[in-house]
Amino acid sequence: MKNKEKPTVVWFQAITCNGNTHSLLSANSNRLELFFDSFNLIYHPSLTIDKSLDDILNSNSKIDFLLVEGSISNNKKFFQISNNSTYNHLTKLIKKATYVISVGSCASFGGIHAMFKEHVGVKSVKEYFDKTLLKHQIINLGGCPVHPEWLLQTMFLLKDYGRIALDNEGRPKELYSSLVHHGCTRNEYFEWKVEGEFGTKEGCLFYDQGCRGPMTHGSCNKILWNDVSSKTRAGMPCVGCTEPTFPRDDMLNTKKNIGIPFEVPLGIPKRAYLSITGVAKTFKIDRLNKKLMD
Amino acid sequence: MENALKLFSQKGFYNTTIPDIAKAMKMSVGNMYNYFSSKEELAKYAIKYSTNILALELREINNMEISSKEKVSIFVNKYLENVQKSPEVIEYFLRVYLSNREVFKQGCEGFLCVGEFVTEVMILLDTGAQNKEFREQEFFPAFAMIMGCLGGFAFLSGEKVLDKDLLEYSDAVADNIYRALKYEE
Repeated sequence: MKNKEKPTVVWFQAITCNGNTHSLLSANSNRLELFFDSFNLIYHPSLTIDKSLDDILNSNSKIDFLLVEGSISNNKKFFQISNNSTYNHLTKLIKKATYVISVGSCASFGGIHAMFKEHVGVKSVKEYFDKTLLKHQIINLGGCPVHPEWLLQTMFLLKDYGRIALDNEGRPKELYSSLVHHGCTRNEYFEWKVEGEFGTKEGCLFYDQGCRGPMTHGSCNKILWNDVSSKTRAGMPCVGCTEPTFPRDDMLNTKKNIGIPFEVPLGIPKRAYLSITGVAKTFKIDRLNKKLMD
Repeated sequence: MENALKLFSQKGFYNTTIPDIAKAMKMSVGNMYNYFSSKEELAKYAIKYSTNILALELREINNMEISSKEKVSIFVNKYLENVQKSPEVIEYFLRVYLSNREVFKQGCEGFLCVGEFVTEVMILLDTGAQNKEFREQEFFPAFAMIMGCLGGFAFLSGEKVLDKDLLEYSDAVADNIYRALKYEE
């Protein structure tokens, strides 16, 4: 971590459950090794590093990558680190940084900490610092937690090319332009409207279990977790954690009116969706109503 | 097509022949086969044709900026007008489509031939529930409440057992349907 040639990285933890740190440490070991070989992680509060937060704050050195985990508050009484608010710390850090990356849903969109009305002033990084004069836009890596590979890909892209295309929510298009539905192994069940149950391999979880795959931007079913699986592959509905609307109420239930889903897949008019659904339901395909393995 | 609907409705599916229909349509039998390969295919086309008339009417109503209660009222009125003016459209559904399921079992399964109309009923119910005018319930009981009631009335009209003019029942039928669907605090 002493190599000055490598871009410097500071990981700042604000109001967080540390989930994104855990996620990073669960990355594919070869990729994590490549990350440590390619970047100079000079500060992370959960790892053994020879600098303290005060060292970073008081240093005049530039930071190449400032990674922020957790939502931000300007209220010292509500939450503080080293006798100061996360907002004040971040104000100083951001001025030193070239790239600022919000890691996970809390930093990107406020997340679970911002959802309670009692948590006045708890916001995302972008809500506080959008108008700050940064060389680059704040990058939002939505996800609860963010997939480690998404973070690593973003950092390597920026390191090698200096820029990355972002969508309207500030998320890298490379990683968030497709839907979680893409690559879902249950897509055939979705096409023919075969309902599934929580925890099973068969059936679509969109109809009853609240799955948000068809309306959530993310690569969960293309870049698999631990290289092998995803929520929907394991029988857990997508809860839409990469979107600004996360977390929603009653996430494991599909909101319906008179049996008709309140929301339909992105970009499809409701009338057209209902029409196709009615036709698809007509077909009873035995293969799709059986267990994959008896 | 109305002629074909009339013949099927009056004589029944099996007692109606392609020559009967060709004659009513002032076409040669040979020419009829240019359009439909069999009587079954004609019957399937006829059910799409007749329900699409209702689907278009209901779509217009669904697109109106009015309450769901008013939509139910206008739809019931239009439906009963159809029963009165073009009874063959409704009677075809009741007396041929519902009574000869074996004819429609291939190519007209489930919602395949009536999908557009069922979709419009879904939109009507969905909008009403979103506006909290209709209460939450499963789709099929709500669907059957509307269509069962209207079908029953068309049957009573066809059997000529009603005391009054059909349209005089319109408000009462619409009120019954609305009461069955309406939101309860």
